[in-house]
Amino acid sequence: MTTGAGAEKATEKVTGTEGGAGKMKGARERWVRTGGVELCVAELGDPERPTVLLVHGYPDSKEVWTEVAERLADRFHVVLYDVRGHGRSTAPQPLRGGFTLEKLTDDFMAVVDAVSPDEPVHVVGHDWGSVQSWEFVTVKRTEGRIASFTSMSGPSLDHFGHWIKKRVSRPTPRKVGQLLGQGAKSWYVYLLHTPVLPELAWRGPLGKRWPRILQRVEKVPAGDYPTPSLPQDAAHGAWLYRDNVRARLRRPRADAYAHAPVQLITPSGDAFLSERLYDGLEQWAPGLVRRTLPAKHWVPRTRPDQLAAWIGEFVTANEHGMPAKESMATGKYADRFGGQLVLVTGAGSGIGRATAFAFAEAGARVVAVDRDAESAARTAELSRLIGAPEAWGETVDVADEQAMEKLAEKVAREFGVVDVLVNNAGIGLSGSFLDTSAEDWKKVLDVNLWGVIHGCRLFGRQMAERGQGGHIVNTASAAAYQPSKALPAYSTSKAAVLMLSECLRAELAGQGIGVSAICPGFVNTNITSTSRFVGVDTAEEQRRQKRTARLYGLRNYPPEKVADAILRAVVRNEALVPVTPEARGAHLMSRFMPRALRAIARLEPPL
Amino acid sequence: MTSAVAGELSAELRGFREVQSLAYECAEAVAAQLKPGVTEREAARMQREWLRERGVRDWFHLPFAWFGDRTAFAGFRVPLQFFPTRRELEPGMPFILDMAPVHKGFTADIGYSGCLGLNPVHDKLLADLEAHRELILREVRERRPLREIYEDVDRLMVRQGYANRHRAYPFGVIAHKVGRVKERRLSPHLFGFGTQSLKGLASDAIHGHRDGWSPLWSPYKFSDHPPQKGLWAVEPHLGFRGTGAKFEEILVVTDSKDPEQSAFWLDDDLPHVRRWAEERAAA
Repeated sequence: MTTGAGAEKATEKVTGTEGGAGKMKGARERWVRTGGVELCVAELGDPERPTVLLVHGYPDSKEVWTEVAERLADRFHVVLYDVRGHGRSTAPQPLRGGFTLEKLTDDFMAVVDAVSPDEPVHVVGHDWGSVQSWEFVTVKRTEGRIASFTSMSGPSLDHFGHWIKKRVSRPTPRKVGQLLGQGAKSWYVYLLHTPVLPELAWRGPLGKRWPRILQRVEKVPAGDYPTPSLPQDAAHGAWLYRDNVRARLRRPRADAYAHAPVQLITPSGDAFLSERLYDGLEQWAPGLVRRTLPAKHWVPRTRPDQLAAWIGEFVTANEHGMPAKESMATGKYADRFGGQLVLVTGAGSGIGRATAFAFAEAGARVVAVDRDAESAARTAELSRLIGAPEAWGETVDVADEQAMEKLAEKVAREFGVVDVLVNNAGIGLSGSFLDTSAEDWKKVLDVNLWGVIHGCRLFGRQMAERGQGGHIVNTASAAAYQPSKALPAYSTSKAAVLMLSECLRAELAGQGIGVSAICPGFVNTNITSTSRFVGVDTAEEQRRQKRTARLYGLRNYPPEKVADAILRAVVRNEALVPVTPEARGAHLMSRFMPRALRAIARLEPPL
Repeated sequence: MTSAVAGELSAELRGFREVQSLAYECAEAVAAQLKPGVTEREAARMQREWLRERGVRDWFHLPFAWFGDRTAFAGFRVPLQFFPTRRELEPGMPFILDMAPVHKGFTADIGYSGCLGLNPVHDKLLADLEAHRELILREVRERRPLREIYEDVDRLMVRQGYANRHRAYPFGVIAHKVGRVKERRLSPHLFGFGTQSLKGLASDAIHGHRDGWSPLWSPYKFSDHPPQKGLWAVEPHLGFRGTGAKFEEILVVTDSKDPEQSAFWLDDDLPHVRRWAEERAAA
């Protein structure tokens, strides 16, 4: 941690020498007096760097940000403060009327003037920190003091007011549904408006159980958060709601336009805020950058890596003197995969390559793994052209355990923990069971099954150990549930992949890691010309390869559509995705008319 | 790349070469005038007028213009979608101008790819087309069946990571024969194709059918024959995620025993060939 030039100010002291709640490792602390309260402000990193100001929510204190702050401190001057009445900041007297957004804006200005008197700051808000930051970024008097704003899980009350009004004044069924949906999610807001009871609950049983509730329901990892000041914070913070919600929702400001660039990070599993709340937000914040995260409400605790990456990128893009770099990523899911690390095996051709490209278009960093060095490098090169900020080609045979272990080490060391793993590499083998030798079996299982096992084992472990979610996609096949006398070995390997995916999905669900099995069907890729046909001579094998390639070419289902299905499966966390119509048909038949499927299995393929 | 030296060209080939270079001149002139807001229809009209002013009265097909993802024929289902639309050109957008004028009875069919401003994907596609020009010439000289050459081009595209977009053309052709056209006072056209040229193509098709070849170079069985003597307008078309690029120019196939003379590109002084040479010189 660097100690910057301004470290000798009278009110500053490095904590660690002093006890008490809320001390942060290596942070410099100072107290800012404003409007009758004293705010506890902590700073990390070099004050010469751009200032990133993190504002916490309810019922939290600035310690909710520790994980994110540590990750940002090497690049930025990170500032956190306890909102009045929270943590170690003092509470206004009386409490009623002491928490209005106007007063919170006063506090914000006082802190900004103290920590960054000359340069505008980059504000990041979570929950109520975001609600008040929306106020900061939309009122006149802060103009020129805010360089950018990253919002998560906290809408502007004014925008919220307009959102409700719009839906009440023109109630279509969909709008009514949206209103009721958010209305149900806001149950705690109503409770907090009752007098005394919330305070009693927080100071009593709820305050005591809250840490465990967070762990169990919200999957917040145990640690130094929440702090012991929680009952006090939560009791005081009830006035945030009572002082502002009714007033603002009834009479929302008509001019609540953001005067700084805004990045919106939406956790898709937020129990308190509907994603629909941000529909049409571009109206208030032109040039809005959207990000979506599969997580619950407390993202600063559960997804610090991803938040730090997105905040860092946005801050850098909007820093003075830097030209606002326009993101190349134009893909449909750019909000979800932007900056994430995606590893695809078998990325040198076919479905794997198309998948790498689709992720690249969504702005992901891509590791393209293939047996063939040249085609892996080619995939990486083209990925960079279409939107991947970084892409690498790696030459590895997925069947080679040691090579895979080396790859996993290298990826973790040089690129980071993989966010999305696509185990796609596979080979084809056709021919009757009695003609298939033990050697043939071994080859197919080594690539199609062991390749997937190695991938899941090595990269899945890294994901689980990081504890910040992730996703694994395994390319199975429609042959996993459609038996055929022509494909015994291949189908067996793919059926195993399908079951492996299902079991793994059950195991990793608790850690926020999704697992999907993709069953493409007949897709026009070069798997046909590399497939082996056993039980026939070389000439006949070549003829069959050519013939299958032509048939697949006639079917002409493009691998790009499978890639789209893979991205969609990750976004929606789907368990099993049959892709082509015939794959979907066979899947339905396997469930409702398996006898018909068995009859099809006896047919001789038209080769 | 080898082609016959100008002096050796017969008067007939010189006529074809003149109209081809006129067409490329037109493409470059029109491309230089394209700016944001110009529609495909306007670009097509500009080509038509430029060539009419220089004496073109008949067409193998009327000029086409494709902008943006239409250069990769994204979502094309029916042939009518090839015709120019009201899509406007935007900065960074790729475009393709494709025209086939008939001048003094000689036919040209050319395709010109460009982009408005910077587009790294488009540049890459255009650079990668060079390998296809080499591959096609080499395999035609080897007298490989056209259908196999088509498949080899296809494989090269897949290896490069691109999609084959000439598959979207009528009959999925990568090339078609062109020839002399009689000059008539009237030159009606049918669905954008000149009736005189269609007649020529149809008569080739009938003759070819008898002798086991086709004037259309396609992935189908009727192209399973060695290269037929004559002039072929070859148009490999690459597509990559909403960006397309092609070139189209005439390949001369003769019955000479000398491989160099058995097939050659009519002209090597074309914008895309010059561009590759410049890139090589810069590298």
